[in-house]
Amino acid sequence: MIPRYQKVLFFLLLVVSIAMTVILVRLREQAHERLLRGEDIAPTSAPAVADAEQATLVVANDADGTLSSQLVSLPLPKDDGARARALLEKLLEFYSSPQSSHPLSAAERPVAQVFLLPINDPKTDAPQSDSTSRGQIRDTHAAPAQLAVVNLTSAFADGHPSGIQTEMLTVLSICATLHVNLPAITQVRFLVDGAERKNLAGHADLTRTYLTAEAVAIPAASTPAPSNGAIQ
Amino acid sequence: MRFPAKTRALAAPLAALALAAGLLAQQPSKPPAPRAAPTPAPATATAPAPHAAPQPARFVAVLDAAHGGDDAGAQLDGSTAEKTVTLALSVRLRSLLAARGVPVVTTREDNSTLDSDARAQTANHASAAACLSLHATESGTGIHIFTSSLMPAPPQRFLAWKTAQSAWVSRSLRLAAVVNSALQQSRQADSGDASAIPIALARTPLPGIDSMTCPAIAIEISPLRDANRKVTTEVTDPAYQSQILQALAAALLTWRTDWQTGAHQP
Repeated sequence: MIPRYQKVLFFLLLVVSIAMTVILVRLREQAHERLLRGEDIAPTSAPAVADAEQATLVVANDADGTLSSQLVSLPLPKDDGARARALLEKLLEFYSSPQSSHPLSAAERPVAQVFLLPINDPKTDAPQSDSTSRGQIRDTHAAPAQLAVVNLTSAFADGHPSGIQTEMLTVLSICATLHVNLPAITQVRFLVDGAERKNLAGHADLTRTYLTAEAVAIPAASTPAPSNGAIQ
Repeated sequence: MRFPAKTRALAAPLAALALAAGLLAQQPSKPPAPRAAPTPAPATATAPAPHAAPQPARFVAVLDAAHGGDDAGAQLDGSTAEKTVTLALSVRLRSLLAARGVPVVTTREDNSTLDSDARAQTANHASAAACLSLHATESGTGIHIFTSSLMPAPPQRFLAWKTAQSAWVSRSLRLAAVVNSALQQSRQADSGDASAIPIALARTPLPGIDSMTCPAIAIEISPLRDANRKVTTEVTDPAYQSQILQALAAALLTWRTDWQTGAHQP
């Protein structure tokens, strides 16, 4: 004689097994239908991208050791960190051209990330943006000062030409480009492959924090020497 | 006249003391002791201020051949390492200065590895009146003269190791101006072409120089280029190097004159 509770349990398990079989068959049919519809879900229109905006690149010139501003138009993300990285990628792509005034070796992905961190020091609050000369700059009047941590790739750093002037100009142009387009950035630090590195290519100190005001306040970072030997 | 016995007993030692004092007064005065120079201690350590001690007794120039050993620096002219060129420049400039009676201390005489602290330590221990750090590069054109970007600071009893140069920046700027002037005169005397050697002056953080307690500059030699940025004279060109070294030697002689007349004082 089979106990009653065993009969109930048997029928319950049978019902569950049948239900699971039905569900499994149905899921298989759905997967097959999705496979057949594969060509239908292929993209037929371009994805929506950000509108092209005007941005300012502060470009170095090895011939006279100066920095100069150049307006460019490029699509920029809304997020400030991604925006900073896009700007630096554009700047370094500019330098990778053989005709560049500051030629650098082309690296496939020179900037890995740019992190923006708030600075709590009230003395380094972001300066007011100049609406007359920088109409394209986003309004950051109320933004707190930020430290940009630029994570370069070792492919870029290892391929950078060695020299005091060329390394200094690369660092200053990065700092100035970040500050001109994102005025909240007042300090910049550099990493290479996520780790601190002593110098860029033997000269430029990458262990210190760079103040963007120094690069922007003196657009001509180095000046042709006057004939009377005066120096400021 | 008779003196009391007590006075006669004191006369002999007093006479001996007077004689000794007279002999000492005739001795030539010794030169002042060299300044206490900071040593490359950890970043948190401090260094004695350069103004806390008397000026050095003699003019000493320090020549720092950049890079060396494992650190080859830039690749020049396709195959020559920067460390080799800077060492050769240092040796030649030392000979030029020695021939003119200028004492020279070099940071390295062979292909040895030196970090920036060791270079600054050499300059500080030598109580240098001038330090030239010699570099070479394939980028840019002409001569680049760099001084520390540290803000000038008033002399203090103690200076941080990494910013010790701040008390000397004003004098380093003056030294850069003297070198610039000598290079300008050199190019005018040799070629008569006003655009022969472009010279650029700049200020930048320099880890070795930032720790030096003496007037210190970095000189970077680049190739000469034409209007199309094509190299016309390589850094390794002997005539180009000779012209630069003659100018640097002349600049240091001018600086020595200023040093001895006290014109270097802030």
